[in-house]
Amino acid sequence: MNAIYILWLRQLKRFIRKKASIVGAIGQPIIFLLAFGFGLSPVFAKAGAGNYIQFLAPGIIVMTVLFTSIFTGLEIIWDKQFGFLKETFVAPVPRYQILLGKVLGGATVAMAQGFLVFIITLFAGFRPVNWLSLPLAFLYIFLVAFLSSALGASIAARLEDMQGFPLIFNFVVQPLFYLSGAIFPLQNLPAALNFVTKINPFSYGVDGLRFAFSGVNIFSPFLSIAVLMGVSLIIIGFGVYQFKKVQL
Amino acid sequence: MIEVKNVVKKFGDFTAVDNISFKVNKGEIFAFLGPNGAGKTTSIKMLTTLLKPTSGEVFLNGHNVTENPDETRKSFGIVFQDPSLDNELTAYENMQFHAILYGVKKEVYKKRIVDLLKMVELYDRKDSFVKTFSGGMKRRLEIARGLLHHPTVLFLDEPTIGLDPQTRNHIWTYINELNKKEGVTIFFTTHHMEEVERIAKRVAIIDHGKILIDGTIEEIIKKAGKESLEDAFISLTGSTIRDEKANIGKNQMRINSKLMR
Repeated sequence: MNAIYILWLRQLKRFIRKKASIVGAIGQPIIFLLAFGFGLSPVFAKAGAGNYIQFLAPGIIVMTVLFTSIFTGLEIIWDKQFGFLKETFVAPVPRYQILLGKVLGGATVAMAQGFLVFIITLFAGFRPVNWLSLPLAFLYIFLVAFLSSALGASIAARLEDMQGFPLIFNFVVQPLFYLSGAIFPLQNLPAALNFVTKINPFSYGVDGLRFAFSGVNIFSPFLSIAVLMGVSLIIIGFGVYQFKKVQL
Repeated sequence: MIEVKNVVKKFGDFTAVDNISFKVNKGEIFAFLGPNGAGKTTSIKMLTTLLKPTSGEVFLNGHNVTENPDETRKSFGIVFQDPSLDNELTAYENMQFHAILYGVKKEVYKKRIVDLLKMVELYDRKDSFVKTFSGGMKRRLEIARGLLHHPTVLFLDEPTIGLDPQTRNHIWTYINELNKKEGVTIFFTTHHMEEVERIAKRVAIIDHGKILIDGTIEEIIKKAGKESLEDAFISLTGSTIRDEKANIGKNQMRINSKLMR
């Protein structure tokens, strides 16, 4: 347990010390909020779908958490290149604990970043309908953070360098975000798109968060929690398997 | 203390380590020598659980390394050939990270970290970020860190590479004292033969993945019929210059060389 704690703490320290990247990671959500949020607002309202900022904010928070988590997961590649992973891997600590420490660290960092963006959405005019369901919202944010952090770490386990990064970002991370119902409603979609969004676990994260904030949902809130937890477990299992196979 | 039996390591069809066997006794200072790409680092990685041998067995402190990696890991400390510190943490934090990872108790590690940092003369820099350290300071910190959990064996893979004579002298003095005072078994590699002659009790020379000879320094010089260990080394391994690190990717080499600067 102590090993998990110190790995978690290390991630946190690294996060707090990199002020520039904290600010940098807020840039994209702000642009989305301004460009999409205000830009598409009139169309959205005319279509009779209501307030777009209200709709978009949970999606933007999920985006922040997803991107930040994947990045921290991928930091394992840096650890590999800078030799620090060797120090961790020769220690008498089971690989699953190393993975959990990393994943929880990444998830915590991403939640902090997501919380910052949540504050920013409030300035943009977003209002949670029921403030009492905020803890539920944080549960969804945590589950999304944990899932994406585990995904990042599992992918990074077998990559040697950052050269594969654009591939992962463009073919894994971006589709997971754009096809999650973060920026458009999941109703009345073409059949193919409908299918893809239904098998994307992040659709359930966005939907759950939207339910917690605004009381609007497509999937059952329990189904969303179950999907996020189930997929996380599968990915952690896969990640442990990958970690055990790593030879340095 | 260390026993290697018929160990082979293949990467694809390249045999990096070809059926090596040797023993290191408890409390011994053992030098593992060989030209670049001879299989030294690969062997150390197999001894320290980072690589699995293709065949053969390794025992360390009584534990079978492949079957019982966690117990093995508690028994040794290691200073890698390439830096393995977290540059974004301070010297103290790097030490603390290691202590907690190895399950050293707080009341023990608090004192031990101070002692070790004083020993390697970095105590006044304990709160500085490692990224501000010179190569020699990083090396000293890594040695201190490798000793933190009271290992019975300390592996040093070219610990003095790229260091000035003063720092090298310092480091070998520490290591020698450590062996004398705490009885730590030392297993090291180097290209500096005078370092070997200065502190090693026994030596093995490896080339092309095979152990050519092992024994005391005198025995090796005698068998090779030469005047010095350096001459014996060259006559045994030939005088052609080797490619660096045959088994490590180009990219890794580039990064390593960047870090060494």
